[in-house]
Amino acid sequence: MSAFSLARFLAIARKEFVQMRRERLTFAMIVGVPILQLVLFGYAINTDPRNLPTAVVDHDRSAFSRSLVQAVVNTGYFRIVAAPDAEGDAERLLERGDVQFVVVVPPGFARALQRGERPAVLVAADATDPSATGNAIAALAALGGAALRHDLDGALAPLAPAPAPIEVRVHRRYNPEGVTQFNIVPGLLGVIMTMTMVMMTAFAMTRERERGTFESLLATPATPFEVMTGKIVPYIAVGFVQATIILGAAKALFAVPMLGSLALLFGCLALYIAALLALGFTISTVARSQLQAMQMTFFFFLPSMLLSGFMFPYRGMPGWAQALGEVFPLTHFLRIVRGVLLKGNGAAETWPHVWPIAAFMLVAGAVAMLRYRRTLD
Amino acid sequence: MESVIDVRGLTKRFGARTAVDGVSIAVREGEILGFLGPNGSGKTTTIRMLCGLLRPDAGEGTCLGLDIVRDAYRIKREVGYMTQRFSLYEDLSIEENLDFVARVYAVPRRREAVDATLAQLGLGARRRQLAGALSGGWKQRLALAACLLHSPRLLLLDEPTAGVDPGARRDFWAKIHALAAEGMTVLVSTHYMDEAERCHKLAYIASGKLLVTGSAQEVVAHSGLTTYVVGVPGGSERALAGLARALEAEPAVTVVVPFGTTLHVSGIDAAALERVRERRVRDGGQRWTRIEPSLDDVFVRLVQQAKDADA
Repeated sequence: MSAFSLARFLAIARKEFVQMRRERLTFAMIVGVPILQLVLFGYAINTDPRNLPTAVVDHDRSAFSRSLVQAVVNTGYFRIVAAPDAEGDAERLLERGDVQFVVVVPPGFARALQRGERPAVLVAADATDPSATGNAIAALAALGGAALRHDLDGALAPLAPAPAPIEVRVHRRYNPEGVTQFNIVPGLLGVIMTMTMVMMTAFAMTRERERGTFESLLATPATPFEVMTGKIVPYIAVGFVQATIILGAAKALFAVPMLGSLALLFGCLALYIAALLALGFTISTVARSQLQAMQMTFFFFLPSMLLSGFMFPYRGMPGWAQALGEVFPLTHFLRIVRGVLLKGNGAAETWPHVWPIAAFMLVAGAVAMLRYRRTLD
Repeated sequence: MESVIDVRGLTKRFGARTAVDGVSIAVREGEILGFLGPNGSGKTTTIRMLCGLLRPDAGEGTCLGLDIVRDAYRIKREVGYMTQRFSLYEDLSIEENLDFVARVYAVPRRREAVDATLAQLGLGARRRQLAGALSGGWKQRLALAACLLHSPRLLLLDEPTAGVDPGARRDFWAKIHALAAEGMTVLVSTHYMDEAERCHKLAYIASGKLLVTGSAQEVVAHSGLTTYVVGVPGGSERALAGLARALEAEPAVTVVVPFGTTLHVSGIDAAALERVRERRVRDGGQRWTRIEPSLDDVFVRLVQQAKDADA
């Protein structure tokens, strides 16, 4: 073995830097991406979501009930977005995921309160994501004692001291025990698919280009559409196998409830996979090497994971971040898979989350078709 | 006879660089056209325009009677294109590669066609071997067989014999001539002069411009070169190199090409070159013998000319 040569070491290090600089995309990734991600995720992620959309069903319509609702809003965790007359309407809002909470003030609330009967206020929470509702529920629990204190003055003052004049009864819907796995495991289905499906197709084309087989493929009479579908369909099959394994494990290892129709879920899954594959194909028409394809995949994967509501509560994010999150198929797929498995949602409740995925697929597919050339120009 | 390739003024620009500049080529049915020129002269770009892989920026013409711009898609079905780099799937077996090609081109009676090709190649026993494991010569044979599978009427071969041993090259050219005899039209690019001499017709391209076309004899005659073999009996290699430098300095000498222990010395002005010969022979020690210029001499001269014209 010969002695370490500084000159040789420097020659190699120098060459490495030159190559790094040549690879423009890598260079951009090294410099730009950390800044972008720091700003994006730094401002977007919030593990203590406030202003959660809430529906109030006020059967009492008294000064006390209005005061109570105001107290609920004042905690900062709730934002009243709907005030339906019937509980059934509020229930549907909860199922569709339009609201996170439903607060029901029972009829005769004021009277019961005045009689000191400690009337119960019912709060139904969408607990599919326990971390999103935990703090809000804690705030509600503290409410009972303080909410109506200044309303109960004068002749009613004696009612004010403990025990609390009202009872707040919280129902954690869909995941009553607040099991984190029930939320995470179905979500993982979407996350794993995003990773594998996009990457596999992104490699499909760049591999042809890197190995020099692309030119021959292009010289054949195969049309862009034939090449794209031919390359995508086998991976849809792979995706189904993967999904079946994950769902099987979700049931066997984590006892995740599966209330809704599996056929519906797999239908949505097919669409979700197709959308991801279309994106992967688009990446593969842009990337010049497999390394670039991998980098682009990660560039898509990270915000998918962080802004979709998988890792952090979606409703904790500021409006602009939520708007950005709506773009990612994972955001919608998470709502579908959690809805179908945990809430037992059917086609009607699922549809609002299906079409954004379809739209994503159409756009990605169209871009891929435009990018894919029949020529080498 | 019908022209299988008939293109005029083909031009292709990549950014500011003009890779192919006004190239016109006509090849008749059953003809083998040798496409020659230095690296980067535009051979591959021209071939890609002929088979619809690149869209020309200017120029027009037909390939197999189909418009090269409008009918690019239909040309693909009728042409066998062998790329410069081995472009079959290295992670597929020999048989799987052939089967894939046959399916993409919708070859009738696919299984039989693949089996026949395997038998012809003598690869029947190795059909399950991965294409990536083949040696250079075998890869080339396989690639040629793959582009013949759909019975094209025109073969475009881009440096098919680069990196292939002489035996395999000989077999390859025998096969090409057999195909041409059956009416196949072939355009083949190469760097080897012995291969150029095997072609019916030559086209020489440099810096994107077609400098000369015609048969090997025509190209030589057209060059107007007078060539001598110059030897220094008993002289050292170093003496020969010195002589080459001295001759290059002579205004009458346009090209000096070393050929083993001799030099090929050519000039345009035969009378001026003759005077150089007389003077050199008189000074003694050198033997000058008049020969037909070789293609090599002609092409070295052509490249020089093109460079002078550019300068």
